[in-house]
Amino acid sequence: MMSNAAIELNHVSFSYNHEPVLTDISLRIESGDYVGVIGPNGGGKTTLMRLLLGLLQPQEGTITLWGTPLPRFKNWHSIGYVPQRVDSGDFRLPITVKEVVSFGAPRNNKIATAAALEQVGIADLAKRGLRELSGGQQQKVFIAKALAAEPKVLILDEPTVGVDIAAQDDFYQLIARLNMEQRLTIIMVSHDIDVVVNEVSKLACINDHLVYHGLPKNFIEKDYLSNLYGKTRKFILHGH
Amino acid sequence: MLTIFHYSFMIRALIAGVAIGIVAPLIGTFVVAKRYALIADSLAHVSLAGVALGILLGVSPLLGALAVSVIAAFVIERLRSDRRVTAEVALAMFLSSGLAIAVVLIGLSNKVNVDLLSFLFGSITTVSANDLWLIGGLTLAVLATVTCLYQQLAYTSFNEEQARASGLPVNLINQVLIILTAVMVVVSLRIVGGLLIGALTVIPVAAASQLAHSFKQTAVYAVLIGLVAVVSGLFASFYLDLAAGGTIVLTALILFIVAIILRPSHN
Repeated sequence: MMSNAAIELNHVSFSYNHEPVLTDISLRIESGDYVGVIGPNGGGKTTLMRLLLGLLQPQEGTITLWGTPLPRFKNWHSIGYVPQRVDSGDFRLPITVKEVVSFGAPRNNKIATAAALEQVGIADLAKRGLRELSGGQQQKVFIAKALAAEPKVLILDEPTVGVDIAAQDDFYQLIARLNMEQRLTIIMVSHDIDVVVNEVSKLACINDHLVYHGLPKNFIEKDYLSNLYGKTRKFILHGH
Repeated sequence: MLTIFHYSFMIRALIAGVAIGIVAPLIGTFVVAKRYALIADSLAHVSLAGVALGILLGVSPLLGALAVSVIAAFVIERLRSDRRVTAEVALAMFLSSGLAIAVVLIGLSNKVNVDLLSFLFGSITTVSANDLWLIGGLTLAVLATVTCLYQQLAYTSFNEEQARASGLPVNLINQVLIILTAVMVVVSLRIVGGLLIGALTVIPVAAASQLAHSFKQTAVYAVLIGLVAVVSGLFASFYLDLAAGGTIVLTALILFIVAIILRPSHN
């Protein structure tokens, strides 16, 4: 069967010091998907992201990116990565928005930098210092940095941590627009299940193994959440 | 003409001083950004073991320092990236062991060596013509490398994990930076002295970061502040007969205080 998969994991397992974190994960992410990755803390979400970014190697199983096995994959610019803001917002020296975004652009390409700033709607912030910005604005800077490499997949790790509610709405609109208009594949790790189920087109729940992968709607209707978190939770599904 | 220019040793000291004023704060900008500021201090102490080895073997102390500090740079970076010990522990170990080896080697030579003292605190009278060639060559090599790899060095200093995720060869870039640091130490050793080099890599950057708006501006301001500190320190040392290394570092410190006072309020 011809594959349209951007990313494919086959029976992937990973342990830290013989402590299993991910066990036998098989997951297929199609081009154009908007996947939310949820699960309890310590369930292996971040480890999964680090595997996809090539920062960790699986001990068992294989990962292929656009059909190429991970050890042979070279086009890392096709995968944009937006880390948790707290990891990068506290740089100790002065740095401008434009400088940060240009790190993402191959060979410091000025056109790619300007286009990415424009795409995210922060061209007016280009000369501002990173430290002067609000949490929501900083998050947009890191998205622009990732977009400057013209990726095909955008991986976001807890992107709304430290971002106020009004800016979060704005942020989710931006991600949805990138997914719809640019056909960018989005993989978003989040603890904010209520929001995620309303935003994404597919949901993957990870707690050591893959608990669920499919449409968010089916996830809510069935009893997956109590399996995952061991308690009863209610969802508010918005009308769309 | 000022009397300072009548002495060829002072002209050599000033030329070497300009090299130091550029190279130490430039490399300092990247290591401070990486929260790795103590690396210069550690390598400077290690280089003293190389100086002692050079004196003992009767070769150029600066070449001895270059060889030993570059090797130490490799080992420190390896220990750090293998995570066998934390960066902090690796640096502390090398800092004290470097000095220990220097002291033992000098003891072995059975004579109290005045030359080593000048390498500890710096001296304006000891830069030879041969030293100047070595310092000049190394300075050009550092400038060429930083110019070619500026973007990669800056990105890796900004966030190692993101740089790695973008596919940059982060381990290699770190290795290059630490070797540049070792080279910078050798450039600075004659005039500033092994015990004071760390200050000259960090203080100008700390001062620049009070005034600059961007990362590139921080590097440029740090170099300007470094140049002013070294050249005015050398003048003060010559006319007031003060210790060169100490005067240079104190001048940098005064500039840092001025920068704090001038710092724009919005920052």
